[in-house]
Amino acid sequence: MARIVVDVMPKPEILDPQGKAIVRALPHQGVTVFSGVRQGKRFELEVDGEVTDEILATAREAAETMLSNPVIEDVVNVSVIDDVEA
Amino acid sequence: MSANTFETPLVADLSAPGADPALKDVRVGIVTFPGTLDDRDAARAIELAGGTAVRLWHADDDLQRVDAVVLPGGFSYGDYLRAGAISRFAPLMARIVDAAGDDGGLPVLGICNGFQILTEAHLLPGSMIRNDHLKFVCRDQRLRVENASTAWTGDFTAGQEIVVPLKNNDGQYVCDQVTLERLEAEGRVVFRYLGRNPNGSLNDIAGVTNARGNVVGLMPHPEHAVEPGFGPDSTGSGPVAKGDGTDGLGLFTSALNALVNGSSAGSATTDGGTRA
Repeated sequence: MARIVVDVMPKPEILDPQGKAIVRALPHQGVTVFSGVRQGKRFELEVDGEVTDEILATAREAAETMLSNPVIEDVVNVSVIDDVEA
Repeated sequence: MSANTFETPLVADLSAPGADPALKDVRVGIVTFPGTLDDRDAARAIELAGGTAVRLWHADDDLQRVDAVVLPGGFSYGDYLRAGAISRFAPLMARIVDAAGDDGGLPVLGICNGFQILTEAHLLPGSMIRNDHLKFVCRDQRLRVENASTAWTGDFTAGQEIVVPLKNNDGQYVCDQVTLERLEAEGRVVFRYLGRNPNGSLNDIAGVTNARGNVVGLMPHPEHAVEPGFGPDSTGSGPVAKGDGTDGLGLFTSALNALVNGSSAGSATTDGGTRA
């Protein structure tokens, strides 16, 4: 079994209220070195068998049409990870 | 009452005279998705406005010859993925997109989660993200009707103020700068928040329409301000007896009257409305 990872992030020009709340909360844990946080999403698409170019293309399409909303988000990564043990 | 209309409990007397009997022939579909909350309120609003509410199920493939559609509020699919993102792919949504698109002109109103579904389905521009302050907002909200020539606002006058409840988590309207300028230039901002912006929406936008004016989406809930005793404590004109605010009814009567009078869906671009 293999997995395709899709990472989606809010567009740079879109305010990310959740990231803003996180960066404000970090100092409560004594963490003060981070000046900004942006929160995105990671999807793992499981594939039985090998990931062909066609399957990868399908994953890219699903990432653009359903997993992300192009008005507010960018797909920043679509890549294959092979599980060490299935 | 036929099997696929909503049973309406007699809190108010729905047989009270006043409504144009012709309105009763207007069939308005109320779509229920898994997790929809306000379908019964929306159906009741249609009935109180004088029309006939028709129950539609998201997984069906048939619009049952309705004359208009309301996508009610709630948390369809628990807002999983993004609010409205999964509902958008429901079989019935494909029919609605066809019927409401450029060749169709079916009047469609999306309220709250329904608005989110309409943006995900690309029937309306922009998108909603988390409220800028990250808190759920529930309050009576004053709005200005900016465009009174859509299919859902014809009974208002441009610039009129109304009060309806607002209750949401992901209510911050966003779009790119080019879209924002086009919406403003074409008079496609239908409702604007007055007073403090409740969620960080660009230009205080509470609702928008498509170019033709038949599809309208708004975050606040007009269907919760349709019945004396159960609405806000004020109207656009000022305070009223507790719960007697019924400003939301105008959206539903607008659509029914426009359909009965045979006027077209209205044009967002000819009248323009007023601007902030």
